[in-house]
Amino acid sequence: MSIAREEVAHLASLSRLALGEEELDHLAGQLGQIIAAVARIQDVAADGIPATSHAVPLVNVFRDDVEVPCLGAEKALAQAPAVEQQRFRVPRILAED
Amino acid sequence: MTDQLATLVPYDEAVSRYDPLIGLETHVELGTVTKMFCGCPTRFGAEPNSQVCPVCLGLPGSLPVASRAAIEYTIRIGLALNCSIAENCRFARKNYFYPDMPKDFQISQYDEPLCTDGWLDVTLDDPEPGPGGSAGGPRQFRVEIERVHLEEDTGKSLHVGGATGRIHGADYSLVDYNRAGIPLVEIVTKPVAGTGALAPQVAKAYVTELRDLVRALGVSDVRMEEGSLRCDVNTSLSPRGSGQWGTRTETKNVNSLRSVERAVRYEIERQAAILDAGGRIVQETRHLHEVSGITTAGRSKEEAQDYRYFPEPDLVPVAPPADWVAQIRAALPELPTARRSRLQQEWGLSDLDMAALRNAGALDLVTETVAAGATPADARKWWLGELSRRANDSGRDLADLPITPAQVAAVAGLVASGTLNDKLARQVIDGVLAGQGTPDEIVAARGLAVVSDDGALSAVVDEAIAAHPDVAQKIRDGKVAAAGALLGAVMKATRGQADATRARELILERLGQDPSQRQ
Amino acid sequence: MDSELTGMTAAALAAAIAAGEVSAAEVTDAHLARIGAVDSQVRAFLHVAADSARAAARAVDERRAAGQVLGPLAGVPLALKDVFTTEDMPTTCGSRILDGWQPPYDATITRRLRAAGVVILGKANMDEFAMGSSTENSAFGPSHNPWDLSRVPGGSSGGSAAAVAGFEAPLGIGTDTGGSIRQPAAVCGIVGVKPTYGGSSRYGVVAFASSLDTPGPLARTVLDAALLHEVMSGHDPCDSTSVDAPVPPVVAAARQADVSGLRVGVVPELSGEGYQPGVMARFGEAVELLESLGAKIVEVSCPHFSYALPAYYLIAPSEASSNLARFDAMRYGLRVGDDGTRSAEEVMSLTRAQGFGAEVKRRIMLGTYALSSGYYDAYYGKAQQVRTLIIRDFEAAFEQVDVLVSPTTPTTAFPIGERADDPIAMYLADLCTIPSNLAGNAALSVPCGLASEDGLPVGLQIMAPVLADDRIYRVGAAVEAVLTERRGHPLLDEARGIGHD
Repeated sequence: MSIAREEVAHLASLSRLALGEEELDHLAGQLGQIIAAVARIQDVAADGIPATSHAVPLVNVFRDDVEVPCLGAEKALAQAPAVEQQRFRVPRILAED
Repeated sequence: MTDQLATLVPYDEAVSRYDPLIGLETHVELGTVTKMFCGCPTRFGAEPNSQVCPVCLGLPGSLPVASRAAIEYTIRIGLALNCSIAENCRFARKNYFYPDMPKDFQISQYDEPLCTDGWLDVTLDDPEPGPGGSAGGPRQFRVEIERVHLEEDTGKSLHVGGATGRIHGADYSLVDYNRAGIPLVEIVTKPVAGTGALAPQVAKAYVTELRDLVRALGVSDVRMEEGSLRCDVNTSLSPRGSGQWGTRTETKNVNSLRSVERAVRYEIERQAAILDAGGRIVQETRHLHEVSGITTAGRSKEEAQDYRYFPEPDLVPVAPPADWVAQIRAALPELPTARRSRLQQEWGLSDLDMAALRNAGALDLVTETVAAGATPADARKWWLGELSRRANDSGRDLADLPITPAQVAAVAGLVASGTLNDKLARQVIDGVLAGQGTPDEIVAARGLAVVSDDGALSAVVDEAIAAHPDVAQKIRDGKVAAAGALLGAVMKATRGQADATRARELILERLGQDPSQRQ
Repeated sequence: MDSELTGMTAAALAAAIAAGEVSAAEVTDAHLARIGAVDSQVRAFLHVAADSARAAARAVDERRAAGQVLGPLAGVPLALKDVFTTEDMPTTCGSRILDGWQPPYDATITRRLRAAGVVILGKANMDEFAMGSSTENSAFGPSHNPWDLSRVPGGSSGGSAAAVAGFEAPLGIGTDTGGSIRQPAAVCGIVGVKPTYGGSSRYGVVAFASSLDTPGPLARTVLDAALLHEVMSGHDPCDSTSVDAPVPPVVAAARQADVSGLRVGVVPELSGEGYQPGVMARFGEAVELLESLGAKIVEVSCPHFSYALPAYYLIAPSEASSNLARFDAMRYGLRVGDDGTRSAEEVMSLTRAQGFGAEVKRRIMLGTYALSSGYYDAYYGKAQQVRTLIIRDFEAAFEQVDVLVSPTTPTTAFPIGERADDPIAMYLADLCTIPSNLAGNAALSVPCGLASEDGLPVGLQIMAPVLADDRIYRVGAAVEAVLTERRGHPLLDEARGIGHD
């Protein structure tokens, strides 16, 4: 089972990874091999078997509606690549809506 | 790409040939003290990025912990909407990249919402006569609720460099994560069919009713202007009688009740024109422009985002115990619909009377006025009469008039006690609206109290009799009705402040007639 | 003498400090000196925090001088895998994308260590974002196995394991998602434990695969590992998946070390092709040893274990693809290409392409693929169903036996570079360890000898049911005691790579 290069390019885009041409080719080959290996999972008969999202079953873990001290703006922004007006400065956002 | 010059089919024509199908997705910001997954405060107006922590900033290594209060509030909303509460449900990750989302995924719920399958009945005035010639009047629509689920809000961005401060044309953006992580409840209706021409009003009535309901539950202040209540409206058309549902568009960020109505209306007109021309409706997100009332295209939903939902591994399932749900149900306050029925019965109002109160937005005001001591009849009279007129004249909502229910009750009380008559009362109301003080202060300042002191009144009565001898004679001869003319003179002389009833009695007494005679 | 101090166990050091025989400052200095002497070869540490370590040691000495009661590990030095946040030290997760990042908060485990008086010597090297079995995926170069410096120390907690095996610290902490504590422990000849999932807090542990990541101890003896296990474990209200139950009595179990009457299951699916003969030989002897100590040996088939590897390599990358999305250059970490003309999306993509290594990129894309609509049911969904079947295999097995045993990993330490370009070959190192990650149960690796082919360490894996962590310590301690007595000296004395004189 191989994976088409266009599909790999699409996955890279979805994952926000700007891969070069060579890198894409190389990764496409490797991904194809890995997917072929993990596709063995299809051989397992699992009709009616529930999926497990949490191996150790716990339910209803909550916290009370009580304020806890915040980081403070200084600490929050200390490691930011760019700051302006006490906010995180980010490059222009292409409109989603 | 804009289509400001979109062709429209006039509304009445559009709904005569097409059946609209509407759906509404509403987001409610919960009024909890802290955020959904961390203990940061939710207070408004804080300095940017001062109400954040590793969790709501999504710092590497941080983990969410669910707020019990937020879940309780959501269950409250679900129960009030007649939903079933899930016995076991999970949060899910909705994955997409966006700078205002600290983790680049949103914790939400996907195929396991906390509440499902409810309904909300909305009532509105149907101006059209019904089938079989029955009169138009209040009509009820049952809006079915698909689901109610919980999720977290994003941060907020300022866009710098563009002409309008909007995202288009901006050079860069500044992000504040104070609002990231605020608990949001999403309420989704099932498609609402059978509204016909009333689709826009049904949409508006639903949002209004939902807002009132949520407010009554005490879980949010639900102010559309402030964003604690947000609405997306879905509209599609189907050719009448075809039984085939059309492609829907989603109009986002509709920011007022009026806009809800306009968005539906515009989309019906716009889509009808496209269908008339043999075109195809594009499944897309549209924006409502508040001022012009038109919608324009945004992101195309035909390349729908793949959010790659999967169960949130950092949170464990929520399985509300039955006794907890029962407790929440038992503690539900009186809901608006029940309250309205009760008040209608207590006040002995007809459906039409009740509808009039609701449509004027006067129900709460009247209730509070009654609570402050007025009779229901007096309260209604003032709010639906004089005050509604004043509101319309100044283009304001009733609730925005600078007079309180307590003050209205005070004025009604002054009339009931005989201190004021209707005309004087209106002058007092004017004074309060003009900011001249409380009713008592205005009465005192302007000397508006009804003159019922017999001494003063008798003097004025005698003057009037003396000034109109022929009228006086008629009364002596038994024409009691003529007292009205003398009364008019007395009222004029006292600038309306005379106690009319007492004045008439005095006139009749003076002229030898039985003062208790009726006209 | 420094080498005396660095050769001591954590238990012995703690006792000596508490008794006033040696100061915590001396102990810390001795280990810092050792790091100075050998770490240029071992490369276990990404960051050595000499000043804060000395300050922490001083604080322990002051407490002792003031007559306060010291905790069981007060003054003992430790190597902390660089995946745990530390407010006073950088946290890189072995990645360029976090190069220089200094977190504004401590992980819960970091806090607990500090409160216990444990001296954090520094941050240990690891495969980038915990993805790997050799530390060759570290953006800062691999660590080297003290047994043979040309070989890998295992991964992803390879730095922590190498530090302990190289006597740079008596204790280490790692995380185990698919075997990342146990496998390095096995190939480095030390003890490594994956506690029950949720037994130790993940708050402040940079996430790789949320439903699998488990912080755990590394040490040269089972007792040392147990002592650290108790200090670091326990319920944490900041971690919703953290178990709200008392920590199992692992120290008592480590001291008890008695296996008579215990039912031990051998899993046939965890052997066969690809398993090095020397590994199988030592494993077989370990099983015989257990039998000679009074344990009952039974073969217990766990048929779905052969699907554990593909299930893991679907679930883990899927969760990772989502967990690593936050590294988007907007709030912290590397930012590339922001010259004022590019969009946020472009800057994100350039940064991530440059900041992430090849294995991380592979797994992110694999995870994105497995979660895509159209593929979800066949891949991620199916893998979670197989996970259920594996859990059921364990449950059925534990009705017949008290513990299960297997080799920890199919081979001894492989040469650096041998598997670096072959992801699938690399993945095979996790064959035996992955089932316990999927099921969340407790598992331990204890050295059980050297393979005759290459004289390199072999690990015995012991698995117990969820929350029965004490059982693995009991069995591990029993095996360790007999083997150490037979040998007459600690196993690590035979390490050739860097001597411990």
